[in-house]
Amino acid sequence: MRKYYDEITRIAGNVITVNATGVGYDELAIITNEKGSSLAQVIRLEGTQVNLQVFAGTQGVSTGDRVQFLHKPMQVPFTDDLLGRIFNGAGLPRDNRPAVEAKRVDIGSPAVNPVRRLMPDKMVETGIPMIDIFNSLVESQKLPIFSVAGEPYNELLARVGLQANADIIILGGMGLRHDDYLKFKNTFDEGGVLGRTIMFVHTAADPVVECLLVPDLCLAVGEQFALLGKKVLVLLTDMTAFSDALKEIAITMEQIPSNRGYPGDLYTQLARRYEKAVDFEDSGSLTILACVTMPGDDVTHPVPDNTGYITEGQFYLRNGRIEPFGSLSRLKQQVNGKTRDDHRAIMDACIQLYALCRESREKRDMGFEMSNWDSKLLRYGEMFETRIMDLAVNIPLFEALDRCWEMLAECFEPSEIGIRRSIIEAHWPKSLEEKEEKKEEELVTA
Amino acid sequence: MKGRIVIVHGNLITVEATDKVIQNSIAYCLRNDGAKLLSEVIRVRGRLADLQVFEETRGLRVGDTVEFETDMLSVTLGPGLLGQIYDGLQNPLPRLADQVGYFLEPGHYVNGLDQEKRWEFTPTATTGNKVEAGDTLGTVPEGIFTHRIMVPFGWKAGWTVEKLVPAGSYTVKDEIAVLVSAHGDRRSVTMQQNWPVKVPLNVSKQRLLPTEPLVTRIRIIDTAFPVVRGGTYCIPGPFGAGKTVLQQITSRHAEVDIVIVAACGERAGEVVETLRDFPELIDPRTGKSLMERTIIICNTSAMPVAAREASVYTAATLGEYYRQMGLNVLLLADSTSRWAQAMRELSGRLEEIPGEEAFPAYLESRIATFYERAAMIELKDGSFGSLTIGGTVSPAGGNFEEPVTQATLKVVGAFHGLSRARSDARRYPSIDPLDSWSKYKGLIDPDKRDRALKMLRRGNEVRQMMAVVGEEGTTTEDYTVALLADFFDNVYLQQNAFDKVDAATPADRQKFVFDKVLAVMEGKYGFESKDQARESIIAVQDLFRNWNYAATDSDEYKKILGQIEEFIANTGAAVAVS
Repeated sequence: MRKYYDEITRIAGNVITVNATGVGYDELAIITNEKGSSLAQVIRLEGTQVNLQVFAGTQGVSTGDRVQFLHKPMQVPFTDDLLGRIFNGAGLPRDNRPAVEAKRVDIGSPAVNPVRRLMPDKMVETGIPMIDIFNSLVESQKLPIFSVAGEPYNELLARVGLQANADIIILGGMGLRHDDYLKFKNTFDEGGVLGRTIMFVHTAADPVVECLLVPDLCLAVGEQFALLGKKVLVLLTDMTAFSDALKEIAITMEQIPSNRGYPGDLYTQLARRYEKAVDFEDSGSLTILACVTMPGDDVTHPVPDNTGYITEGQFYLRNGRIEPFGSLSRLKQQVNGKTRDDHRAIMDACIQLYALCRESREKRDMGFEMSNWDSKLLRYGEMFETRIMDLAVNIPLFEALDRCWEMLAECFEPSEIGIRRSIIEAHWPKSLEEKEEKKEEELVTA
Repeated sequence: MKGRIVIVHGNLITVEATDKVIQNSIAYCLRNDGAKLLSEVIRVRGRLADLQVFEETRGLRVGDTVEFETDMLSVTLGPGLLGQIYDGLQNPLPRLADQVGYFLEPGHYVNGLDQEKRWEFTPTATTGNKVEAGDTLGTVPEGIFTHRIMVPFGWKAGWTVEKLVPAGSYTVKDEIAVLVSAHGDRRSVTMQQNWPVKVPLNVSKQRLLPTEPLVTRIRIIDTAFPVVRGGTYCIPGPFGAGKTVLQQITSRHAEVDIVIVAACGERAGEVVETLRDFPELIDPRTGKSLMERTIIICNTSAMPVAAREASVYTAATLGEYYRQMGLNVLLLADSTSRWAQAMRELSGRLEEIPGEEAFPAYLESRIATFYERAAMIELKDGSFGSLTIGGTVSPAGGNFEEPVTQATLKVVGAFHGLSRARSDARRYPSIDPLDSWSKYKGLIDPDKRDRALKMLRRGNEVRQMMAVVGEEGTTTEDYTVALLADFFDNVYLQQNAFDKVDAATPADRQKFVFDKVLAVMEGKYGFESKDQARESIIAVQDLFRNWNYAATDSDEYKKILGQIEEFIANTGAAVAVS
């Protein structure tokens, strides 16, 4: 016989306080009234006062409602039957199919022992040169896409999801517009991957506390699949909505805010989720790609800022293109030395030259005279944008590298591109070299 | 001494104590499933004690029992620390993994030192010797070092050696000596001893002014913004500017005896890189694996936050311990901001009145005390030891005006500010040569160094002017200065961390190359046009770049050196690039 408590003493925001004893921190409770029931989680204990955050929100909760404690933390069922299913933020089906019955696992498991992690060393090819050449995505990486509202970040996320060759795709939607939710569903359906996809979706219309659980649900399930040896890709969108939900709860709990109203432990909260990305020794891996919308395109906003310190790089999505400046995959060095010997040299040279091109453009825009060097750079910049940066470009890595060499040879002399001689000798396109030799011969004869 | 939990709020619990409570002592919370969670007393108000728990508090209940101990949070010191990978509380992570598997389940603790391993002990004192705290009783070989077994540092009075075991193999638990004080107090000494992490450990004749350069083999640091043994420095930078890569390179190449890497609240992946790579990397100076001179303290961002706060102190204590053996130790803390944030989280839960950006008011004094643990000391036997501390700072939004950066800048001897503009332009290491500073004297003659940096500044001014008046509004002389400043930046201040040769430049080569670079920068040029100037400087830049990639004294090296000397000999005349 379970014990019920009905002495609710405070209801504020999404948090209620109930008088109860023998309750564990972080455990789950059910609040029941005649209209239905909702799950809730213990977030503070003080004497007999138990603070609970209510998943479905506190609208309609009365001081006489019954609270029952489950003496276990939030759990999620784990089985292959999850594949192809769609759930809400409380872990209940939202696809009108029956609930999944299986062994349940705790969400929010402890950190992985770092000595049981492997060094990430498997490149994930995406067919997008701005990622493959310049900022390679690596298995078990955690990488956010920084963007502003209006950019096609969800499309990019879905495209990477489709092309990235994962065993299991888990989508966590937080504060998603219903349209976007349907778009994801359709994209995965058309791409034929719905059968290996699991979705936990919290839409903008759902109670805010459910938003908080989405990453934990996705990652708990993902982690279990990874422990079975699967390659798991978790897509999270949008982590800013998650952070805002954290803020809401923190303010309700009267915590002292640290920066723009966000709680002081925002870094820790985000890190605990992102750090679930892992390549297990003798088992599978979990890769996280997340969207972070930057309010006002401000990267110093606490959410993108804290995220950047946690994740292994970031992609900036601006004007429908992945920005070469600022975008970074910290793990690229683990893989791009093993692809082709010119990969790193091309990566550095192309970006350095493109940076110089932007300087020349500024000069041009201010009406200054263009030197011979400036004209070369301008020509190169145009080419780089259309042949490489455009998101529509979808070519394998080696082809993209060759394309870069062609561009460099069309625009510059070998000594101008800042690549060491041995690599230039091996890769400088032959046709152009012959042309040059001919020119030299002509000069000699002249 | 026992107590009962009355409040659970994140990792902070409040306990009603039935007996006396010691501030900063440790305590164990007994969870109802039998797990014991380590915690520390951080505030006492009447009968109520506030404790920070070093584990997740999930499952703790009001009314659960807490057992108080009398010790403060301590580490175990003794042979066997080198090569270890510890969490912030000195639990060896590999042994934890053997016991509990993939995850760090709360409530599992393992002794920091292997209690069974036998060490070859050689006594150096004899019975009847008068000794005091920190004096050496004997030694054991630990890898490439001679590990001194010392009289426990906390034993203040004078002691007489009553008994000392003969040379032989002993475990750290075995008694190796018995000391007796003037008052007849008789104590047994083993090879291990405890020391509270938050108390600086320094038993020495005197603290010295640090002046000996610490060569990191990173040119921009050693030449332009040097660090000295026993000094302190900080590396603030926005995310993505290369703080961690810089720390990793330093940990590999720095010319010190021992490196302690404190990964504090940062990514687990970065630690994995270190702990998978280091055992395989050979330290060229000793011919042994790099791991033999390294200790990793690893409390990554997903691990409990209170242990993160302890981890930097654990690292500092281990560093101080090896300093007592006359060794040069470098502590790299990455990142001190995460440590400060751990303080902030706790301060918030304690409902203390917040300072700037909600950091506690004692932030500055804590940071100052931490960096002050670095020092060059003269030990009682006349040998010297040093602990150098280099901390990264991760300022919110990359803005150096924030409290942690500012508090750090006040107390360190060198500032290596990383700039996003430089890292975006792939100019690594992205230490900003215009903003950074060092109060120490390095390898290079300060006058020469200042001349080079002055030119860099001039070049920057010309560039800024040129952005307004355009290239055509700039004289060829000024334009040449800008080119030469770029040249200095490109071939000397920047370094390719992923090239075998260029990644680390030893002191001698740095001095030699710097002189050549300076000769080019101070050459007399009479360029007729800007195009000619650019072609000529770009050509010599290309030479130096390839020279940087050539192994010292290889044929390629000598060949390029010849070309460079030729260029310098007739500065101004364009050289042909072969």
